[in-house]
Amino acid sequence: METYAEPSCASVDLQGDSSLQVEISDAVSERDKVKFTVQTKSCLPHFAQTEFSVVRQHEEFIWLHDAYVENEEYAGLIIPPAPPRPDFEASREKLQKLGEGDSSVTREEFAKMKQELEAEYLAIFKKTVAMHEVFLQRLAAHPTLRRDHNFFVFLEYGQDLSVRGKNRKELLGGFLRNIVKSADEALITGMSGLKEVDDFFEHERTFLLEYHTRIRDACLRADRVMRAHKCLADDYIPISAALSSLGTQEVNQLRTSFLKLAELFERLRKLEGRVASDEDLKLSDMLRYYMRDSQAAKDLLYRRLRALADYENANKALDKARTRNREVRPAESHQQLCCQRFERLSDSAKQELMDFKSRRVSSFRKNLIELAELELKHAKASTLILRNTLVALKGEP
Amino acid sequence: MAAEREPPPLGDGKPTDFEDLEDGEDLFTSTVSTLESSPSSPEPASLPAEDISANSNGPKPTEVVLDDDREDLFAEATEEVSLDSPEREPILSSEPSPAVTPVTPTTLIAPRIESKSMSAPVIFDRSREEVQENIEEEANGDIFDIEIGVSDPEKVGDGMNAYMAYRVTTKTSLSMFSKSEFSVKRRFSDFLGLHSKLASKYLHVGYIVPPAPEKSIVGMTKVKVGKEDSSSTEFVEKRRAALERYLQRTVKHPTLLQDPDLRQFLESSELPRAVNTQALSGAGILRMVNKAADAVNKMTIKMNESDAWFEEKQQQFENLDQQLRKLHVSVEALVCHRKELSANTAAFAKSAAMLGNSEDHTALSRALSQLAEVEEKIDQLHQEQAFADFYMFSELLSDYIRLIAAVKGVFDHRMKCWQKWEDAQITLLKKREAEAKMMVANKPDKIQQAKNEIREWEAKVQQGERDFEQISKTIRKEVGRFEKERVKDFKTVIIKYLESLVQTQQQLIKYWEAFLPEAKAIA
Repeated sequence: METYAEPSCASVDLQGDSSLQVEISDAVSERDKVKFTVQTKSCLPHFAQTEFSVVRQHEEFIWLHDAYVENEEYAGLIIPPAPPRPDFEASREKLQKLGEGDSSVTREEFAKMKQELEAEYLAIFKKTVAMHEVFLQRLAAHPTLRRDHNFFVFLEYGQDLSVRGKNRKELLGGFLRNIVKSADEALITGMSGLKEVDDFFEHERTFLLEYHTRIRDACLRADRVMRAHKCLADDYIPISAALSSLGTQEVNQLRTSFLKLAELFERLRKLEGRVASDEDLKLSDMLRYYMRDSQAAKDLLYRRLRALADYENANKALDKARTRNREVRPAESHQQLCCQRFERLSDSAKQELMDFKSRRVSSFRKNLIELAELELKHAKASTLILRNTLVALKGEP
Repeated sequence: MAAEREPPPLGDGKPTDFEDLEDGEDLFTSTVSTLESSPSSPEPASLPAEDISANSNGPKPTEVVLDDDREDLFAEATEEVSLDSPEREPILSSEPSPAVTPVTPTTLIAPRIESKSMSAPVIFDRSREEVQENIEEEANGDIFDIEIGVSDPEKVGDGMNAYMAYRVTTKTSLSMFSKSEFSVKRRFSDFLGLHSKLASKYLHVGYIVPPAPEKSIVGMTKVKVGKEDSSSTEFVEKRRAALERYLQRTVKHPTLLQDPDLRQFLESSELPRAVNTQALSGAGILRMVNKAADAVNKMTIKMNESDAWFEEKQQQFENLDQQLRKLHVSVEALVCHRKELSANTAAFAKSAAMLGNSEDHTALSRALSQLAEVEEKIDQLHQEQAFADFYMFSELLSDYIRLIAAVKGVFDHRMKCWQKWEDAQITLLKKREAEAKMMVANKPDKIQQAKNEIREWEAKVQQGERDFEQISKTIRKEVGRFEKERVKDFKTVIIKYLESLVQTQQQLIKYWEAFLPEAKAIA
C-alpha cells in the first residue's frame, strides 16, 4: 500500500479562480486499484458544504470524461484529455524478478536495487495522481465545463458512482467509433463543395495534424532517453559494489583508491537517477500531456468539421426542397439550426484553440526552464563530487 | 638460447667469464661492510632462500616494502635492481654515494650461493655506466626513457590476404638503441611472434611476460573483406590501442627491455614473418594441446609448499582475478548503455527539431530548435564518454585480467619446476637402490654404470634445487614489480577516467547555460 503526500502538476498552468478548488489530497494503492481522495473547496451555492471530499477510482474519472465528450453542449470545447490508467505492471514485474533473485548479487547491491525499484514505483504512483489531479483542475478552471452537473456529482456524491470499467464490448465499440470517426473525417474533408471558409481554421487544421504526429514522436523518443539514462544509473550499482570488494581485498595504496571510487559511483548513481527522473517529469510528461491535449484539439476540429458538413448538407437539402417546392419549412429550420450550431462551434473553437496555444506555450516555457535549471544543478553537483574525489586520489602518495 | 635454463641473456648474452667472477667477489666483500653498517640491512652474506621468505610478505605497506627491496638487492639481474621504481629511492638516498655501489656488486652474492648465475659479472661490467645514469634518471622520477607509440593503421593488400600494418614509433635516449627516434611497420602477427619468443624465453624461469592482444577472426575478416563501416574502424582502433599498451608494458619490464628480439622488433626494418602464430596452424593447434595438457598436469601436482608467501600470493591473485572479472562485466554493460543513451539522445534531438519546425509560436519554435541542438551536442558527449569508459576503464580491466593469467602461469611454472626437482630426487633414490643391488650381486661393470648414473642424477637434483630456488626468487621480485606497476597503472587510469567524467559534466553545464536564456525568452 502506498500513500502519497503532495500534488504536483507540472504540465498545465491553471489560472483558476478560487471559487472552485479541487485537489487530490490523498491516494492509496491497493493491489490493482488506486483510490484517490478528491477534495473540493468551494463557496459556490450549489454545494451543500464549503469543504468536502470523496473517494474515486480511475474508472470514475473515465466516466466523467466520456460524459463530457458525449455532451453536445460541449462540442465546441476542447475536452481535457482523460488521465491514463494507473499502470504499475512493469514496476511490479521488476520488483518480483528482483525478489526471485540472482545469487551473484551481494546484499548491498540487492538493497540498492530494491531501493531503486521502490523509488520507481513511488514515482509512477505520484505521476498517476498528478495526471488525475490535472484533469479535474482543468475542468474546475474552465468557465463552462465547471458548471456541468456530472462534475458536481463526481465531486460531491459520497457513494460509489457504480461505474464499472468498460467491458470488452464497450471497449470494442469505442475502438470502432474511433475508426468510424477517422473515416468520416477523411470523407468529409474530401467532400466536394466543402470549403474551409476560415483561414484560421485552415491553418489550425494543418498545424494540428502535423504537430500531433511530431509531438507523439518526440514523446516516445524522450521516453527512450529517460529509460536509457535510468539504465545507466542502475549500472553504477554493480560497479560500485565490485569496486568496494576490490578495495577491501587490496593491501596496497589501491585500497583507498578503490574504496573512494566505489563511494563516488554510488553518489553519481543517485545524481544520474535524478537527471533521469527530471527529464521524465519536465520533458517526457509534458510532451505526453500536450500530445493528448492536441488530440483533444483535433477532436474539436473534427466536430466543427462535422458541423460544417452537416450545414453544407442542410444547404443542399434546402436547395433541393426549394426546387421541388416540398417540405421547405422543415428544411429551412433544419438548415438554420445547422448554421447556428456551426457558428456557435466555430466561435468557441476559435477561443479554445487560442487558449490551447497560450497554455501550451506557457507550459513549455515553464518546463524547459525548469529542465535546464535542474540539469545545471545536477551537472554542477556531479562536477563537485568528481573534483573532490580527484583531489583526494591525487593527494595520496 | 630459448630452451636453456640459463638466466635470460642480458645485452647480447656474451659467454660467461670466470675471471670476472673473481673480480666480482672481491667487490662483494668490500661492500658487505657498507651494507652491514646501514641500519636495517639483513645479513647479506648468508642469505639462503628461507630468510628471504621469513622476512618478506610480498608487497605490503611501505615499511615492509623497504625490507623486501633490500632483499631484492641480492637477487640476480642488475638491471632490474637499478631500474626499479622510485620507491627504492628512500634506500638509496639514505646512504649517499655508497648507495650506488651496493646495488651492482650485491648481485654477485648470488654467485656465492648459487654458482649458476655466471653471466651476472658480465652484466655488472657492461652496465655500470648505464646503472649510474639510470639512477640519476630515477632521481628525476624518470625511470625508463623510452616511449612507444603505435599508430597509422594501414590496410595492405586485398581480399583474404590483406592485413593491417601499424607504425611502431620509438623515442628513447637509452644507449642500447642506435638512434633516439625511429619507426618501423609491423603487422599483428609480428606482435604475436614477439610475444611468443619472449614467453618461450622468460616465462618458465619466472618472469611475468605481458600477454599480447587477443586474436579475433571475426573482427579481422570484416576488415579484410573491406567493410568500411564504423564497427571495423572501431575494431582497428581497439586493436591499435591494445598493441600500444602491450608494447609499453613490455618495454617497462627491465629484463625484457634488454632482450635482442625486442630490440629487433622495434628497430629493424625487415622482420621475418612469424607464421606459427596463426590460430589454425599446426603450431597453433599444438599450443592448444599443450595448454590442455598443462591444465591436467596442474591438477595432479601436489606441491609441499614450504613458503607461505607463495600460497598467499596465489590466493590473492585468484581473488583479484575474480573481482576484476566481475567489475569488467559491469563496466562493459555501462559502455553499452551509454552508447544506447547516445543513440536515443540523437533520435530525440531530431524529433525535437521537427517539433520546433511545426510549432507556430515563433519564440517557442526557436527554443525547441535550440533544444534540439543542445541534445545533439549532448549525444556527441555521450559518445565520447562511452569511448572513455571503454578505452580507459574497460580495457584496463581486461588487460589486467590477462596479465593476471600470465602471473598465474608463472606460479604454475614454479610448480612444474618443483615437480622436476622432486622427480630428480626420486630418480636419484632409485639409482642408489640400483647401485646397492649391484653391490650385492657383485657385478663390477654394472656398478660403475650405476655410479655414473648416480653422479649424473645427483647433479640433476642439485640443478633442480637451484632452478627452483631461482624461479622462486625471480617470482618474488617479479610479483613485487608487478604489484607496483599495477598500483601506478590503476591510479593513473582512474585519475584520467575521472577527469574525462569531469570534462563531460563541464560541457553539459556549458550547453545548458547557453540554452537557459533561450527558454526564458519564450514570451
